Amino acid sequence: MGENLPEGGFGLYLHWPFCQAKCPYCDFNSHVAANIDQARWLRAYEAEIDRIAAETGPRLLRSIFFGGGTPSLMAPETVAAILDRVRLRWPMANDIEITLEANPTSVEAGKFRAFQAAGVNRLSMGVQALNDMDLRALGRMHSAEEAVQAFDIAREIFDRVSFDLIYARQGQSAADWRRELQQALEMAVDHLSLYQLTIEPETVFGRRHAAGKLPNLPDEDAAIDMWEVTQEICDAAGLRSYEVSNHARQGAESQHNLIYWRCGDYAGIGPGAHGRLTSSAGRAATEALRAPGAWLEAVETQGSGEVPRETLSRDDQLSEFLLMGLRLREGVSLDRLTRLGGARLNRPISELEAEGWLSQTEGRLAVTVTGRPVLEAILRRLLTD
Amino acid sequence: MTDLSHIRNFSIVAHIDHGKSTLADRLIQLTGTVAERDMKAQLLDSMDIERERGITIKANSVRIEYPAKDGQTYILNLIDTPGHVDFGYEVSRSMRAVEGSLLVVDATQGVEAQTLANVYQAIDADHEIVPVLNKIDLPAAEPERVKAQIEDVIGIDASHAIPISAKTGLGIPDVLEAIVTQLPPPKGDRDAPLKAMLVDSWYDSYLGVVVLIRVMDGVIRKGERIKMMKTGAVYGIDKLAVLKPQMVDIAELGPGEIGIFTGSIKQVRDTRVGDTITHEKRGCAVALPGFKPSIPVVFCGLFPVDANEFEDLRDAIEKLALNDASFTYEMETSAALGFGFRCGFLGLLHLEVVRDRLEREYDIDLITTAPSVVYQIYMRDGTLRELHNPADMPDLTLVDHIEEPRIKATILVPDEYLGDVLKLCQDRRGIQEDLTYAGSRAMVVYDLPLNEVVFDFYDRLKSVTKGYASFDYHLTGYRQDNLVKMQVLVNDEPVDALSMMVHRDRAESRGRQMVEKLKELIPRHMFKIPIQAAIGGKVIARETLSALRKDVTAKCYGGDATRKRKLLDKQKAGKKKMRQFGKVEIPQEAFINALKMDS
Repeated sequence: MGENLPEGGFGLYLHWPFCQAKCPYCDFNSHVAANIDQARWLRAYEAEIDRIAAETGPRLLRSIFFGGGTPSLMAPETVAAILDRVRLRWPMANDIEITLEANPTSVEAGKFRAFQAAGVNRLSMGVQALNDMDLRALGRMHSAEEAVQAFDIAREIFDRVSFDLIYARQGQSAADWRRELQQALEMAVDHLSLYQLTIEPETVFGRRHAAGKLPNLPDEDAAIDMWEVTQEICDAAGLRSYEVSNHARQGAESQHNLIYWRCGDYAGIGPGAHGRLTSSAGRAATEALRAPGAWLEAVETQGSGEVPRETLSRDDQLSEFLLMGLRLREGVSLDRLTRLGGARLNRPISELEAEGWLSQTEGRLAVTVTGRPVLEAILRRLLTD
Repeated sequence: MTDLSHIRNFSIVAHIDHGKSTLADRLIQLTGTVAERDMKAQLLDSMDIERERGITIKANSVRIEYPAKDGQTYILNLIDTPGHVDFGYEVSRSMRAVEGSLLVVDATQGVEAQTLANVYQAIDADHEIVPVLNKIDLPAAEPERVKAQIEDVIGIDASHAIPISAKTGLGIPDVLEAIVTQLPPPKGDRDAPLKAMLVDSWYDSYLGVVVLIRVMDGVIRKGERIKMMKTGAVYGIDKLAVLKPQMVDIAELGPGEIGIFTGSIKQVRDTRVGDTITHEKRGCAVALPGFKPSIPVVFCGLFPVDANEFEDLRDAIEKLALNDASFTYEMETSAALGFGFRCGFLGLLHLEVVRDRLEREYDIDLITTAPSVVYQIYMRDGTLRELHNPADMPDLTLVDHIEEPRIKATILVPDEYLGDVLKLCQDRRGIQEDLTYAGSRAMVVYDLPLNEVVFDFYDRLKSVTKGYASFDYHLTGYRQDNLVKMQVLVNDEPVDALSMMVHRDRAESRGRQMVEKLKELIPRHMFKIPIQAAIGGKVIARETLSALRKDVTAKCYGGDATRKRKLLDKQKAGKKKMRQFGKVEIPQEAFINALKMDS
């Protein structure tokens, strides 16, 4: 069975759908709830772990990721119990990466040591901005100072700590961003996620934007300037981008996220979680019910929180392979591309190469430095003809 | 059969909204022609488009029996004529079928340009004209001023004008009485060979083609065989009826009478407005004068938005054409828009009506290319070509000169807007022919190129006069001018659907307008795209659409793969609605918007 499994490894994603407050830019599956029965949720996660493990058999697990929502709101005991159950069902790699997303508030920082004791070995913190005014505009509950303090605590406890920043915020200039990023790099350990603010339609920002009430957003020219500042400063600091928005020292890349981009397999557990599972029957896209209550009830009464699966055709797999893989600096393997039927893309690939958007080296196809900011246009050329 | 002295035939001349249809409704109502429960507004306008727009496109007729004050009962035949310049020929035929007209003028508005054009048609047809002042019940009514205006502008005696309110019914009995006392009875010889005029025809799904006629001489009876003198076709009369306005069978129609017949005529196309109908045997020797075949003056391309609907469009156009002899079509292919039809129309309203009917009655979304007039291209070899489509413009080195159709436009406008109207006409290469005042309104007459009018003249006129101007025109002939074909190039590739004929002096501004608009409409690509307007090889306007700089999605993790894949699948499907010009993809929406007539 091993040779049928896709390259890219196997990981587990766990979705905790609750937040203290909904951020106005976020379109993730997150909900604000007052009383959460953690014991009941734990039982549901355990049941789902059992169900998926029965399906996959004992595959070597390379990473676990607690995402959300705000998983740092979970009781550390819940995290510990989940990890115990996972350990029971799948063999773990010696260097398994176990990441938990955390808000940088003092309350949550108080739980960091307990998360570490539960088995978490990497923390990803949603810092988002380093000035209070912008944090408030982004609807964040923490102050910049609080974030810095929480981060210091995290650094002492975890070997691997990353944090997120959002740029191209309202009223932000490239010079503002340069200063802020430099400050961030002084804090940073070995990994940073730097996202351009995206106005998603189904969010508070999306509605405000549509109503013309989100003024002073940087335009495309300003955004590209900030993108270039980002590349320049991070390269100089030794935190080169390995993916569109992710920067790391060599070897410090997020193993979990690499599974997505390398089109590996991942089990998705929790409300709205997506998974990709390959078996002798083919490759399936799994998706769980989005609403937390509905998911919980389905797990409890029907023995599964999933919605009907979608089997991915070879074309679907080819699309995903490219739309995920070309986000990586390393690009995609030409061998795998060929196996997925990539030969039919030879014409657009060679055109895009000739125009300087794509390049091939050492058996891999990757987007060039100039191509990276216009990846979606490149993908359209590749995949919509 | 009714004695000639007891028949009155008339039409109603009015500007749109001045109350023609309401007056007709009242006449029908007051004489009990239609039972109260069957009354509905605009009784004589049967098409949805007619009712909605408040216009009349097809002629219609109603026969009213009226017991007059002299104790005699009269037959009054009203022919409801189209009121628009596009249908000028049809109007002239309807006018020849009656002996008098009611000139209805809104007492709050006064005489408008369209009233003028139609009243001159009535005068040309030697009508007796009875002025009627409508909306007299409104506080804004100024009957004396409007009477004076009728006398000044039209030159007929308005002292006995009948004040009415078609809405309330005030004065309607006076109108009926005036029809009998002031309009002449028709003339005609019952014993002469049959001579009837084909006033209009239409398709009825139960009866087939229905032909509206006015008998001049002789008698037509059910079961007889008749001949159309122009087409030579012979038909048997299956049904003979008068319209009240529903059909009521009648055994015969004699001189002065108006009615309809059916006779296994397959297509409206087989009937010609203005043709003379006589008996197959013992027919009349000379046809009625004034017959003209209809000639389209405005052309445009009609393309289905969805290329898969081409066959549906073909069916729809063929069906529509069966019932509209004045509408012409031929297949056209465009690199930009795919397969479609080049269609000819009597004018802009006709174009809009046909397009609306195709979209509505046949449920096809259409792209309409910029309307173009018919140019006469005089070639160096002495031949003459008619150009219906700028895309077919011959090589300039072979062209000696080009002539374009001119019109005589009459515009009535309150004097505070006169300056703007003169400027608009001047900008459109107009030559002023006349400028007179009637009260506080000015009447200007301009000689204008038709192609400047088909573009967006109407809309501009409406906007500079806040809707207070009225406008009418008729074709006067062809004249040579400095005309050129302007091409649009996107990334150096010509886009055929956007080519147009323009006057050389107007080319820069039109070209600039077009390239600026396209710059907004074409999505950015990975490279910069020059958008140019050019005459021959010479670029007259240029914009550059800058290259896309950043579109990469910031976040894309496990949960996003499905969403992004489906988005790409959707874009792939959407690509069918893109047109490829070299390396540039232009969404069909961009053409639709670039070609919008109000552009």
